[in-house]
Amino acid sequence: MRSVLVSFSVGLVFGVGLLLAGMTQPKKVVAFLDPLNGWDPSLGLVMVGAIAVHFLAYRLVPRLSSPLFDRRGWSLPTRRDVDARLVAGAALFGAGWALGGYCPGPALAAFTSGAGATLTFTGSMLVGMWGFSLWEASRAVR
Amino acid sequence: MTIDTLSFTPVASLLGGALIGLAASGMLLLEGRIAGISGILGGLFTPRAGDIAWRVAFVLGLVVAGLGGSWLFPETVAVETVRAPWMLVVAGLLVGVGTRLGNGCTSGHGVCGLSRMSPRSLVSVVAFMTVGAVVATAVGQWVGGGA
Repeated sequence: MRSVLVSFSVGLVFGVGLLLAGMTQPKKVVAFLDPLNGWDPSLGLVMVGAIAVHFLAYRLVPRLSSPLFDRRGWSLPTRRDVDARLVAGAALFGAGWALGGYCPGPALAAFTSGAGATLTFTGSMLVGMWGFSLWEASRAVR
Repeated sequence: MTIDTLSFTPVASLLGGALIGLAASGMLLLEGRIAGISGILGGLFTPRAGDIAWRVAFVLGLVVAGLGGSWLFPETVAVETVRAPWMLVVAGLLVGVGTRLGNGCTSGHGVCGLSRMSPRSLVSVVAFMTVGAVVATAVGQWVGGGA
C-alpha cells in the first residue's frame, strides 16, 4: 500500500512539474527543437533544473544500504552497453517527439484536457506500446 | 536564429524542472526505482503479479495533475496551431514503439539516466535530441513553425 501511495505522489508531483515547466504545451517542445522559427530554450532549462536536483539525490544512493521504503534493495538499471536497439529506439522516439510535440509524461497529463489532438497522440502512443509488447512476446515464443 | 523572448519561461521552467527532479528523487530514494514514464507505463502491457498497482498509481498521479491543470489553468495544456491528425497518429506510434525499443524517454534516459551518468542514456539523449531537432526543423520549414 505504501508503494502505491508513494508512486501516486511521485506521479502527481512529476505532473505538476511538467505543467509548471510548460512541457504539456507541444508548441514549447517544438520551439525548442526547431530553432529556425524563434527558439524557445525553456525545455533545456527544465532538463537543467531536473538533473541538478536528481544528480544530488544519486549521491545519497551509495550511502544507503537499501531504499528507505523497500528493504529488498535497489531496482536500478545496470546495463552499460550501447546497442543498435537503443539507438534505433531513441531515433524513432525523437522523430515522433518532434512530429507530435509530446513525450510520454506530458501526453499522460495533457490528454485530460480532452483536446482532440492530444487524445489522438496519446491513444496512438498506447497502441504503439501495446503493439511493441505483442511483437516482443511473439519473438520470445519462436 | 533568435530567442523567442515572449515564449521563453526561464523561471517557471527551471522550477518545474526542479519539481520533476524532486519527484524522480522520491521514487529513487524511497522505492529504489527509476521514474521513467515510458517504462512504468509500458510495463502495464506485460503485466506481472505484484507489479501492477504501483505503475497504475504513478500514471494516475500524472493524470490527476493533468486534470487539475486543465481545470484550474487551461493554458497549461493548450494545443495551439496543431499538427495534422495523421501526423499525430504517426507521432504517437513512433513514440510508443521507440521508447519501448530504446528502453526509455525524456524522463528515464533524460532526467534519471543523465543524473546517473549512464553511458546508454547519454547515447539515447544525443540520438533523440538530434533526430528531434532535424525532424522538427524539417517539418517547420515544410508546414511552418509551431506545433
